[in-house]
Amino acid sequence: MSTAARIRVLIVALVALAVLAVAYTVYAASRTDVRDEPRPGGPVVREGGLTLDAPGRLLFRNMAWGPLRDRLASVPLGASRGVRTAGGPTCYTFHAAGGTGVCVQADRGLVNRFSVVIVDSRLRELRRYPAGGGPSRTRVSPSGRMAAWTVFVSGDSYAGTNFSTRTSILDSRTWTLHESLEDYTVIKDGRRYRSVDVNFWGVTFADDDLFYATMATRGKTYLVRGSVSSRTVWTLTDNAECPSVSPDGTRVAFKHRVQGDASSLPWRLHVLDLRTMKETATAETRPLDTQVAWLDGDTLLYEVPAEYEADLWEVPADGSGSPALVMRAATNPAVLR
Amino acid sequence: MYLSTARAADAAAGVRKGSGRGSVPATVIALGSVSLLTDVSAEMVTAVLPIYVVVQLGLSPLAFGLLDGLYGGVTVLVRLAGGHLADRRGRHKLVAGLGYGLSAACKPALLPAATVPGLAAVLAADRIGKGLRTAPRDALISLSSGPDEQGRAFGVHRAMDTVGALLGPLVAFGLLWTAADAYDAVFVVSGCVAAAGVLVLVLFVRRPAPAGETGAPPPSLRRALGLLRMRAMRRICGCAALLGAVTIGDAFVFLLVQDRFGVTPQWFPLLPLGTAAGFLVLAMPLGLLADRVGRWPVFVAGHGALLAAYPALLLWDGGGPAAICGVLVLHGAFYAATDGVLMAAAGPLLPAELRAGGLALVQTAQAAARLVSSVLFGAAWTVWGAGPAVWAATIALVVSVAVALVLHPVTEEAPE
Repeated sequence: MSTAARIRVLIVALVALAVLAVAYTVYAASRTDVRDEPRPGGPVVREGGLTLDAPGRLLFRNMAWGPLRDRLASVPLGASRGVRTAGGPTCYTFHAAGGTGVCVQADRGLVNRFSVVIVDSRLRELRRYPAGGGPSRTRVSPSGRMAAWTVFVSGDSYAGTNFSTRTSILDSRTWTLHESLEDYTVIKDGRRYRSVDVNFWGVTFADDDLFYATMATRGKTYLVRGSVSSRTVWTLTDNAECPSVSPDGTRVAFKHRVQGDASSLPWRLHVLDLRTMKETATAETRPLDTQVAWLDGDTLLYEVPAEYEADLWEVPADGSGSPALVMRAATNPAVLR
Repeated sequence: MYLSTARAADAAAGVRKGSGRGSVPATVIALGSVSLLTDVSAEMVTAVLPIYVVVQLGLSPLAFGLLDGLYGGVTVLVRLAGGHLADRRGRHKLVAGLGYGLSAACKPALLPAATVPGLAAVLAADRIGKGLRTAPRDALISLSSGPDEQGRAFGVHRAMDTVGALLGPLVAFGLLWTAADAYDAVFVVSGCVAAAGVLVLVLFVRRPAPAGETGAPPPSLRRALGLLRMRAMRRICGCAALLGAVTIGDAFVFLLVQDRFGVTPQWFPLLPLGTAAGFLVLAMPLGLLADRVGRWPVFVAGHGALLAAYPALLLWDGGGPAAICGVLVLHGAFYAATDGVLMAAAGPLLPAELRAGGLALVQTAQAAARLVSSVLFGAAWTVWGAGPAVWAATIALVVSVAVALVLHPVTEEAPE
């Protein structure tokens, strides 16, 4: 082939590849619009004001298709399949308690940045903190004073997809920010523990000082109990991720990793009694990857991956009964007490 | 003796004997374009993969960590195999093309592979493609260039490669900005760009003329490994491994920069771009310098940039943009003075018909040593803390640089 012929072949092929790339991108951009149309038979969503100090309501991220898709929404606790009231900001992850909310937002741009926004009971922005390469779990203490969030500090291009997490704790009364739980003292099995590979995620508050979280080091995960005032965490047990403490503070629900399960979701939902340290498997046997909520003192509320994001389900915390559907097309449940 | 063999092969291949002032061989420019396109494609995916895996697929950080572990080990053996396959009957272009093609096919395959085992398999295949193509490609660059212009040829190639690495994230985030959450579009476009790279390789990279003296034994595994009986090769591999083992890994360098200079998390992903910018700007000037003053001195002196960067990490109080840029540019200068220059130093010492396998040996020695370095430095950081670990690495590097200067394996290539 002559050089001119080679160049002709290259140009034709480049045009074809460019057409394919542009066409797919245009399709992907327009496909987002499809989800802005309500689907027949889907939940009814109305625009309206939300507040964080209305007890007896369930707050969530509404994933039902329509113009209010991906906005915060709420329903009365007893009528979870009824009309949804949606409004307020769009949050990647969200949690609220005691009139305080944490909304993790994506700021699109050259660098995919995320912000952690602290909002008051009328969902007005109070403070905004920069977050790293991607938001994960967030929780507010029952009184609304303390907030915690985990972000991924994503890695670099030379060394592959190296990554770590960073978990911060904020006192919203004094606006004191504990930037990283990795600065806390770690007591593992009664002894001071140091390792650069320590990562924390999934904080859950029992009160304004005491919290539980997941700690990972050397390929193992631990349930830790922590104290904000003494800046210390203690390991309680291993193989426990994304804990969620019960309203009375006596039990912790968490993800238990099933040994030898090579699937993408090797976890089952378990509950640990903190007084007896006895672990109980719940009747929910589907694999889960979520930090659950407590619907009340005896019932767990959690999202299960489904068509178009996730559905919310409930199951008794004591291992009895069976899972029941609470609502479709919703994630990030927060029960307002 | 081996140098004269190489020159005879180059003469047979019709390579112009340059003094470093002529034009860069067309094949080197073509391979640079292939690498540029492939790096745009690869870095597009690297930039969005953490967010895609964690936010879009909802996998936990630990599941993601498992994927990470696959990356290091896979390529070492593949690299040696790629080099050896290429030498057999001079199939450099075919083996490199297979490697580029495999990686290109992996990009759209990320889409249906939305589980941990699926992603792990696709990423492993992608890495196998990278391992397969590296040695044949570097051998093609080496064989297409005169012995006096190796440094410049590798400098041009590495600079073009790095342009791609810088453009990739921009293209990816531009796409996500155009079409929200369209990670599939990123993978599809990435596949298109990679396919364009393979096409440029097929159309514009010329096979070098059959290498080797008439009557020379055909390349065999035995002869390839027998290269280690050459004193110069033994010393190059040994020094590359020694220096690799005492070099702090990139991931740790960026963590140290973040840790010491207080980089907020949202800027962390930009740190590698600083290194890449230094690499890009200096790759060609340092390649030319290597042709002029000798490749081994430049290779060893490149580690001097680290001897400035490591203490700066510990002693530059307060940090700030100046400290961050300073350390990253030094880190980039280290790559510019060592990455292509090592290949340029080793290439002319190897007989043409064993060039790919020989370069693969050098790369493997270095890559394996860097894995060891990661483990050692991670352990030192854990046990002693960041400060003492960096000082220990600095002292070990000083000793290793002294050893590399004394051994000086590349005596034949002094400018005439």
